[in-house]
Amino acid sequence: MPAPTLSIRDLTVDIPTRHGVLRPVSGVSYDIAPGEILGVVGESGAGKSMAGNAVIGLLSPPAHIASGEIHLNGTRIDGLKGDAMRRLRGKEIGMVFQDPLTSLNPLLKIGDQLSETMLAHLDISQSEARQRATAALDEVGIPGAAQRVDSYPHEFSGGMRQRVVIALALCAEPSLIIADEPTTALDVSVQAQIIALLKRLCRERGTAVMLITHDMGVLAEACDRVAVMYAGKLAELGPVRDVLSAPLHPYTDGLMGSTPLASRGKDRLHQIPGSMPRLDSLPTGCAFHPRCPRAAAQCRVDPGPAIEDGAGRAACFFPIDREAVA
Amino acid sequence: MALVSVRNLTRIFDVSKPWLNRVVERRPRALLTAVSDVSFEIEERTVYALVGESGSGKSTIGKMLVGLLGPSEGVVDIRGIDLARETDADKIDAVRADIQMIFQDPFASLNPRWRVRDIIVEPVAARGGETTGLAERLLEQVGLSARDAGKFPHEFSGGQRQRICIARALASEPKLIVCDEPTSALDVSVQAQVLNLMSDLKDEFGLTYLFISHDLTVVQHMADRIGVLYLGRLVEEAAPSELFENPKHPYTQMLLAAAPKLDGFGREVAPPTGEIPDPINPPPGCAYNPRCPLAQAVCREERPVLRKVGGARVACHMVD
Repeated sequence: MPAPTLSIRDLTVDIPTRHGVLRPVSGVSYDIAPGEILGVVGESGAGKSMAGNAVIGLLSPPAHIASGEIHLNGTRIDGLKGDAMRRLRGKEIGMVFQDPLTSLNPLLKIGDQLSETMLAHLDISQSEARQRATAALDEVGIPGAAQRVDSYPHEFSGGMRQRVVIALALCAEPSLIIADEPTTALDVSVQAQIIALLKRLCRERGTAVMLITHDMGVLAEACDRVAVMYAGKLAELGPVRDVLSAPLHPYTDGLMGSTPLASRGKDRLHQIPGSMPRLDSLPTGCAFHPRCPRAAAQCRVDPGPAIEDGAGRAACFFPIDREAVA
Repeated sequence: MALVSVRNLTRIFDVSKPWLNRVVERRPRALLTAVSDVSFEIEERTVYALVGESGSGKSTIGKMLVGLLGPSEGVVDIRGIDLARETDADKIDAVRADIQMIFQDPFASLNPRWRVRDIIVEPVAARGGETTGLAERLLEQVGLSARDAGKFPHEFSGGQRQRICIARALASEPKLIVCDEPTSALDVSVQAQVLNLMSDLKDEFGLTYLFISHDLTVVQHMADRIGVLYLGRLVEEAAPSELFENPKHPYTQMLLAAAPKLDGFGREVAPPTGEIPDPINPPPGCAYNPRCPLAQAVCREERPVLRKVGGARVACHMVD
């Protein structure tokens, strides 16, 4: 196995407040290999975006990394400040946000926005930057790239804007892309286009991708591996096929059961009782135990086995025994 | 007889620039046809779903059904009464009380300064009805506690707020509820809870739903009949089993192929090409012809009518 592009070890993010310390991300570890797409899935408040923001150094104070390590291509990046982080951001890590309109400057032509990024990070001339900007737009499938370079963001449709944002994230040739719900604001047919584009570009360039999403379908189609998060912790981590079709953690199982599926017909959907706990009142032990059908006394005190890399997929004492079920 | 009968419904919005700009810049009037010649019927105690991408006019149809917008042309008949043209105030009021709506964003559709009790009984109180204990009873029916009646909306999560919206919609004992993307803002597990609740209430109260959504899996789960909209036109209408197993219109086929599949691990499909055209200048003929793999000359000239093909209705020249 090649050395991972991104390696997160025991990452914990804290938000100190007047009423105590909230912990949106707690002891999360995972790797992303070059060219691999890792899906991070979970419901609102699971800490999936927070983990992504921690990697790129965009935690808004007072949120901060309390412990753990983040390595990018073998270099530790979690302690970087100011200029050092800024050099990394855009150059080594590209970011694609949910809403393409808010991630583009409405007053600048998109060609200038692309050139600006490239001039900041690459040692190239103005005219070369412009050429590359056109090439980048062409590569993400914008028709008539040579003319569109001089358009403003408002002249593009939502799907086209998201393509521009992807071009922007890729233009300095980063080794990691963090895509935070890149298709949530888009229509189904446009979503399919964007996902296909992301997959193609990453395969061609060997870029590692952290794809944060809540859509299980997108996850299944785009990702190689998937990390399921619940209340700031990793619940399950493994190859996408295994995790989605034979989940081990009861939470993943519940999540899959509540997704409407063609094959299930019009039967009632499976419900996970209750709702995600608030960060200021996390249950003791395993955070999922109040909603878990398999919970035992042990689960109320002990947070469950940590997920080791390679072995052990689910952070659960009583994972669903697939062989016994089958 | 069908509870709701929509015939040749059309809605045109005037999106022209102000008069002076038009004169100075020599621009013509700009008319946006959001809904164009749509006809369908909703049988009592069924769920009729409208699916389509953004700009397909599904919400506009929902708004015209409840009377929030008037139709430009065509008729919405509810129990034989056309709200837009009826002049007898009593009849209008009787029909209006039978229609309620659930909106997409449960954060925007509840007044933050009102207590939950007042929010829920509003549809009844506005007509001078008896409201004692009503809110408490409805809250328990939607899976919340009677004690929640005294709280404010901010004390609830998204899923709980949507339950409050449902309780409010039920208060006036309506026959028809128009649900505009009721679960799009919710997480999967919460969505399952709300969808189950809606199914239960439908059986319990004998409700009819017009279910507007962009999510094909949700629609497939809920609907008895599905209408697929494209650029304000109804392109196909069928029962879910038929629509999903044997989609006839090329747009429906494209939509189904593009929807991510839970078992589509590493699926490589050619993504659909093109985007929804500009509704101010729709393409002549069939609105889908610029993106359609089957398009012929006739598709660029003549708009296909919705005609019966087996158990479905399809608007396409190329379907036999």
